[in-house]
Amino acid sequence: MSISLPRRSRTSADPTQSENAAGELPPAARDRVIVLEPRRAERNYWLDLLHYRELFAILAWRDVSVRYKQTVVGIAWAVIRPFLTMVVFTIVFGSLAQLPSDGNAPYAVMVFAGMLPWFLFSTILSESSNSLVDNSELISKVYFPRLIIPVAAGVVALVDFAITLIILFGVMAWFGFMPNWQIIFLPFFVVLAVLASLGPALYIAALNVQYRDFRYIIPFIVQFGLYVSPVGFSSSVVPEEWRLLYSLNPVVGVIDGFRWCLLAGETKLYLPGFLGSLVVVALFLWLGIRHFRKTEKAFADVI
Amino acid sequence: MSETVIRAEGLGKSYLIGHQSEERYTALRDVIARSTKNLVRSAIDMARGRQIIVGDKVEEFWALQNVSFEIKRGDVVGIIGRNGAGKSTLLKVLSRITEPTAGRVEIKGRVASLLEVGTGFHPELTGRENIYLNGAILGMSRAEIKRKFDEIVDFAGVETFLDTPVKRYSSGMHVRLAFAVAAHLEPEILVIDEVLAVGDAEFQKKCLGKMESVAGDGRTVLLVSHNQSSIRAVCKSGIILDAGKVDYIGPVAETLDRYHSAAIGRTAYVARRADEETDHRIRSVSLESEVVSAPKLELNAVIESRTQDAVIINVRVLDALGTPVAMASVGGFSMSQAVKTTPGVSRFQIEVDLGELATGSYAVSIDVERPYAMFYDDVERCVEFVYEPAVPQGRDRVLLQSWQTGCFLLPAKVVEIEDQAASADNADELEMGS
Repeated sequence: MSISLPRRSRTSADPTQSENAAGELPPAARDRVIVLEPRRAERNYWLDLLHYRELFAILAWRDVSVRYKQTVVGIAWAVIRPFLTMVVFTIVFGSLAQLPSDGNAPYAVMVFAGMLPWFLFSTILSESSNSLVDNSELISKVYFPRLIIPVAAGVVALVDFAITLIILFGVMAWFGFMPNWQIIFLPFFVVLAVLASLGPALYIAALNVQYRDFRYIIPFIVQFGLYVSPVGFSSSVVPEEWRLLYSLNPVVGVIDGFRWCLLAGETKLYLPGFLGSLVVVALFLWLGIRHFRKTEKAFADVI
Repeated sequence: MSETVIRAEGLGKSYLIGHQSEERYTALRDVIARSTKNLVRSAIDMARGRQIIVGDKVEEFWALQNVSFEIKRGDVVGIIGRNGAGKSTLLKVLSRITEPTAGRVEIKGRVASLLEVGTGFHPELTGRENIYLNGAILGMSRAEIKRKFDEIVDFAGVETFLDTPVKRYSSGMHVRLAFAVAAHLEPEILVIDEVLAVGDAEFQKKCLGKMESVAGDGRTVLLVSHNQSSIRAVCKSGIILDAGKVDYIGPVAETLDRYHSAAIGRTAYVARRADEETDHRIRSVSLESEVVSAPKLELNAVIESRTQDAVIINVRVLDALGTPVAMASVGGFSMSQAVKTTPGVSRFQIEVDLGELATGSYAVSIDVERPYAMFYDDVERCVEFVYEPAVPQGRDRVLLQSWQTGCFLLPAKVVEIEDQAASADNADELEMGS
């Protein structure tokens, strides 16, 4: 794109180049005083994060584009995985185990509506947890709020999620099943799913920097979680007296919420359990961010 | 213009390092007890979110200690010191990559750190995408990159490959692109570590010019380099770090002089103890002076021999990046010149003709061997010297190692001129080369 431009002589350092950059910055940014002290609580932490939103966007974009550049089948991968899982779960839980669906919703649709948040959760968990170690080169050479790396890595999961959501609508159309007005709450539950996964993801990402053992915990959590969470079955099959305890798994609230808003009222939201899940999500998020912030200043020393 | 932009007070940075204790455990009981103790300690450290230390003795190592200085707006400051003096740690603290353990720093303005060229380049992404990615990582805004995009591309000379993934770039193109982005970075405070040590002469010249213009624009530059000529050329003042402490702060000329005169230890090497049994061992190596201006390097090697023998002594010269650039040998290429040893300690005074060696800093490695037969001992990079010859008569300037065009100047002249056009080209080339 620059071929048509007049070429500047390469050897001459042009002193006029440097003049405009300073004028562009708001005076506040130029005169901002940063104080570096041991264990100083960063007062402007969240404001600082805002300053780095462009880096966040570009890192997220990098992760997304690299993800789809390196694979042969590209987007097809995001289609095949949930589709096959849906088929297997429908056969195993629906046909073989004869578990009931939610109301009149087709079993496959119910499975898919639960799988959607589960894949979102598990992908964010695995992508974010390893993101700091994968970007160790950046962490040891450049400053930026470290929080943006795991969060940007989670954006990849959102892209996958969007693709899976389209397939869900395809499956619904196949079964002639229409969602109702409750679907407008879907964005809220997407945010909930992201927050639910970021809490543990941030905690593990920070631990992973110091102790690489935590890398092996993620596949285990993901594999295990698929069966203890109501992905292949409805959470209504859980006996009433255990349901509150079951809801302490934060994913339960997220999946139930997804089914509630996607399955046209066929799923009844178990409110005490859902609120319990919300509390657990908030607790994990708080713990995750707290631990992350406590350790992030030492990342460059130990990574 | 003389407003303070960086103020460091009592700055310190410590790391914890672990050692295995020297005691020998013979009983299984002791071994188990120790392992259990370590395991418990690791578990406690982990629970508290602390670093786990391998080994049963933990030692605190201060990479920086009580470092205080003030830097005014528009200053270009060179930080010099030996390897391990804490230069890189200081830059990491100032660029907020790592947190200080003690003291306090106040920084006014936007800091960009260039501790490595091409940080964050992704091989799968195209040249265009990497410019945006790398620029953002170095702290440029999207608008800023967009404005300078053509300049960057032009500088790197990769117009035709903009939409090719960087993994298909030649290593030269890769480096040029990375440099191009870095050279267009214009923050208020720029922190640079050894970046100038790589890249071709053209880039270095451009980068030096850029830094001078950046400084003239009221920006502040902190530069760590082993390359003293570039520090002398660019910096106004200097800071000497020694073992994590500030040794001297002052104008750049005085700082470099002091650094040269105080650099004890770089000119002498003494072997600690024998690790291996060998017939001829290098006990010590020393240089007559650290700054060599005559084209003659004088060094003393003390060799302890156990047998009467004829050995050769090789002197290898490495440039500032550790690349071997020259070799001198006593006897290595004709056994008749080999040195005779007698049992005991002998001292050899060796003189090496440096010829047309480029101006810059060098390290010396020495080994003792018998060619094709036996290797006795070697010491790698045991002493260092700075070669600063005067400009010879009939020349305008000397070859600098920092140009990265080579470490030796070979004589060249035109022997025949075929036509006018060709001769003009030749004359240009010669001017560039000498």
